[in-house]
Amino acid sequence: MISQLGSILLITALAVAIYGIAASVLGARLQRWEFVASAYRAVLWLFALVTVAALLLVMALVTYDFSIAYVARNTLRGTPLYYRVTALWGSLEGSLLLWQWLLSLFSAAVVFSQGRKIRDLMPYAVAILLTVSAFFLFIMVVPANPFRAQFPVPPDGRGLNPLLLTTSMIFHPVFLYLGFVGFTIPFAFAIGALVTGRLGEEWIVATRRWTLMAWYFLTVGILIGGWWAYTTLGWGGYWAWDPVENASFMPWLMGTAFLHSIMIQEYRQMLKTWNLTLVIMTFMMTLFGTFLTRSGIISSVHAFSNSSLGAYFLLFIGLLLLFSLAALVYRMDDLRGQPELDSMLSRETTFLANNVILVVITLTVFLGTMFPVIAEAVRGVRVSVGAPFFNKVTVPLAYLLLLLMGIGPLIAWRRASWDNLKRNFTYPTLAAAGTALIAALWTRNPYALITFAVCAFVTATIVFEFYKGVYARRKLAPGTSVLRALWTLFTRNRRRYGGFVVHFGVVLTILGIAVSSNFAVEKEVRVTRGETVQVGDYDLRYEGMRAYDEVYREVVWTDFTVMRGGRAIATLSPGKSFHPNEQQPIAQVGIRSTPWEDLYMILGAVEQDGSAATLKILVNPMVMWIWIGGAIITLGALVTVIPGRPTRRSAIAASEATGPAPARTLEYSGSR
Amino acid sequence: MAISNRRTRRLKLLIGAAVIAMAIGYLVYGGLQDTIVYFVTPSELEAKGVSAHGKSLRLGGLVKEGSWVREDGTLLHTFELADETSTIRVRFRGIPPDLFGEGRGALVEGTYGPDGIFQAKTILAKHSEEYKAAQDHAAEDSRAIMYNSVIKGSQTQ
Repeated sequence: MISQLGSILLITALAVAIYGIAASVLGARLQRWEFVASAYRAVLWLFALVTVAALLLVMALVTYDFSIAYVARNTLRGTPLYYRVTALWGSLEGSLLLWQWLLSLFSAAVVFSQGRKIRDLMPYAVAILLTVSAFFLFIMVVPANPFRAQFPVPPDGRGLNPLLLTTSMIFHPVFLYLGFVGFTIPFAFAIGALVTGRLGEEWIVATRRWTLMAWYFLTVGILIGGWWAYTTLGWGGYWAWDPVENASFMPWLMGTAFLHSIMIQEYRQMLKTWNLTLVIMTFMMTLFGTFLTRSGIISSVHAFSNSSLGAYFLLFIGLLLLFSLAALVYRMDDLRGQPELDSMLSRETTFLANNVILVVITLTVFLGTMFPVIAEAVRGVRVSVGAPFFNKVTVPLAYLLLLLMGIGPLIAWRRASWDNLKRNFTYPTLAAAGTALIAALWTRNPYALITFAVCAFVTATIVFEFYKGVYARRKLAPGTSVLRALWTLFTRNRRRYGGFVVHFGVVLTILGIAVSSNFAVEKEVRVTRGETVQVGDYDLRYEGMRAYDEVYREVVWTDFTVMRGGRAIATLSPGKSFHPNEQQPIAQVGIRSTPWEDLYMILGAVEQDGSAATLKILVNPMVMWIWIGGAIITLGALVTVIPGRPTRRSAIAASEATGPAPARTLEYSGSR
Repeated sequence: MAISNRRTRRLKLLIGAAVIAMAIGYLVYGGLQDTIVYFVTPSELEAKGVSAHGKSLRLGGLVKEGSWVREDGTLLHTFELADETSTIRVRFRGIPPDLFGEGRGALVEGTYGPDGIFQAKTILAKHSEEYKAAQDHAAEDSRAIMYNSVIKGSQTQ
């Protein structure tokens, strides 16, 4: 019953979406606003229908309705309630439904909040949103139906792979999808801008919050994925340049470029074509990423299935890309006549360099990821392109990017005078050099030294900016406390100072990545009971083995006493769990995390009587800073999106003091 | 200096794009040179012979029954990977993944030495099986197989 009901809901939703597209476009072209209003209502109806469908599937999951194939695949009796609910996005069909639900939610929000503004543009933007919805609904109706019935009804389900039954996997797909779907909004508005010829800042300002929010969720989603790989997959690292990891990384890179370059358009009305191209490419990358993951074209750790879905995706991406580029070319003439770059030393150039580097990284990651597919198709050779390639090409560029992150916010618009450069960058450069010298006392690793120097540079620029801001504010209003001054900085100019917080979070994350990559210690050992093995600063004594028989798994633990300097400081119990439906045991990694380093133990094998065990032990320094950086990015992003009061120009000008002010008075404030 | 000539501007744009494209090409080509890893089967490796020495390769085959020898007390493993026509001896130091076993497929990454032995740095789990159910095993059997594959001292037959 649920099966038929669910399928009908999806088909109806598809019909509503198609109707909405027609009504929206026709209404806009014929200037019949009642059609457009009807299309907007269709968007709301779409949301209602998809919500009911999603709730239906959740209900089926919660009540163990094994007559639905999806439920049987993703749950089994005894799965805790919250994992039954989150099984909604446990595998392919359900995750498509989640995507569609988020898209219809965002579409409804857009119609609701902006229905009356930018009347000319909106119908086309809505049409694009509905087109993407129609595609996802189509593939749910035809090849990948979440409500597909199964006969005979099995007595029990197979259950989700236990690797996916973790807290991180509750959030990782949702955050990623919030990011991916979030980028659909600026894309839709960009197309609307192209179609209507309203190529000013309108479409950017309308979607700025969406862009920021999408970027934030994508960033955190990727970090959570890394966290999952580190703690659950248990191979010792957090990023393997797996094709599916890259599939989420490429949209992030493009999205970051887009996020920054729209600031240039807001301030200087430059880079219009570039922004339009960027947002189109960002969105294409999200679709392509989904294609990579779903089609199994490059088999990897994530590949859900090997269906004909890939062909549909490719076709849709191809058509949408062609349409977008055609629209761009159509408006080519209207996109001329923009201000020029005044100088190589300016904020505009820095942002442009940032964009170029991000695009270069994206393309190299793309080519590296697709190379095996291309090589096999063209030359018939089977090759693999792994971490060595990606690290080799991206690391130097990442350093450049980090450096630009420090320079960008401080350097003057249009043309930076030597005086301006001296004033802003003397202290940070000294800080960088000093840090490098101090670090050189301890290590000669060039990557580490460069990392420390650049991180110090960026941190110094951020601290310096806050200092200048607080100082200026206290001069304006003598008697203000430092705390109050800081608070006012944030409330008066959320975007700028929230951005600084985000940048600082990025610095911490990169620091964690660089140090853990360069200074990790790894050892494979075989220990007998009572024997102590030394890894890094730690002495690890193998105490013995325990085996447990739980309802749905058998677990083997090996217990270790962790000692340092002769004192026992912890116990770790790496183990392995065996599940009835899984061919391979699941590693239960033993991790002891401190801000300084992580002690990480993976059980390989253990004798039947527990007399000896083989393990892989790692000491990963400063991994915790990757996650701490993520938390700081969250904080900064929150600050940036909260609506603030309109700013007073004089206060800002006094506190920024970055050289000649830009031509337009569109303030870089938190007023929207 | 503000460049106001439209043609010059377009030329600069084109040159910029060309430079970037060349940079990407150089990066990718240069990057791939030393890092690309070729897949070979035992027959292909044997056929390559000397030309395969020293290169980073991935060798895939079936672990020959009875060939897996573990040196006690160390982490040294030797075994043979075979396909229909050829067999290659492999030496590996470390902990093999859980799916590794005789009579099963395995993928090793390493280099082929002049002594005719493949020095494997890593043994790779077969990705396609990582997230799928053991369709062909009954629930009981697969558990036993898994348990034994980890707990040494009992070979699975």
